[in-house]
Amino acid sequence: MVMTFVFAFFIGGIICAIGQLLMDVGKLTPAHTLSTLVVIGAILDGMGLYEPIIHFAGAGATVPITSFGNSLTHGAIAEAEKHGLVGVLTGMFEVTSSGISAAIIFGFIGALIFKAKGNVD
Amino acid sequence: MEKEQYQKLEQYVTPKPPYLKNVAKAFVVGGLICLIGQAVSLFYMVFFNFTEATVGNPTVATMVFFSMILTGIGLYKRIGQFAGAGSAVPVTGFGNAVISAAIEHRSEGFVLGVGSNLFKLAGSVVLFGVVSAFFVALIKYILVTLGVVSW
Repeated sequence: MVMTFVFAFFIGGIICAIGQLLMDVGKLTPAHTLSTLVVIGAILDGMGLYEPIIHFAGAGATVPITSFGNSLTHGAIAEAEKHGLVGVLTGMFEVTSSGISAAIIFGFIGALIFKAKGNVD
Repeated sequence: MEKEQYQKLEQYVTPKPPYLKNVAKAFVVGGLICLIGQAVSLFYMVFFNFTEATVGNPTVATMVFFSMILTGIGLYKRIGQFAGAGSAVPVTGFGNAVISAAIEHRSEGFVLGVGSNLFKLAGSVVLFGVVSAFFVALIKYILVTLGVVSW
């Protein structure tokens, strides 16, 4: 239990450090960096390597944006296993919906209750 | 001036980012955000019967909620100036990109402003996430069909 917290900090920190290196050394924009990390997450899940990281690092693997690629791929693969080729399309958002739906809903609520002060982004 | 000369000069005058310091800051802040995420996960596992495998979804949604509060009061931007990728890479950064676009464009109306601009910053993450997931799953499907790997 305590170890999961330690690993959450370290794995989450390492993924963010990789992102920082992509920005500083690789000279990528933040948008390119995040897109790259999402693709890496998807590929890792395709090889079955992302679930083991979640198993021992918990939120250290589910909170960084790489988990977005992982869960999209996970849903697509799970549906493909059940329904064949068409599942690749239909399963995509089966697992991931929470990040996107939360962002949309809280984006809407945020726009309702907060005023732009020129310092929100 | 020749193009090459200009590029050399540009490299020379552009200050080098303090690599080590930036990476350390990203590591610590990113780690702390994930630590908070782990505490949220524990909360859902203890009080709401989620398992280790399913707790990711409510955790992510809750982190995006925190992100809305911090974005709304203008604090997330200041964390971002300090932490760089440390606050951009966690899902709270994705939330911040969506929510800040929503707040910023509210003055143009909810349909043309908020609706049209919601994914202005975060759209590329969604695009490449979905496209890469599609191809990875497709490749896996083909490999399984050919009998190279199993599900």
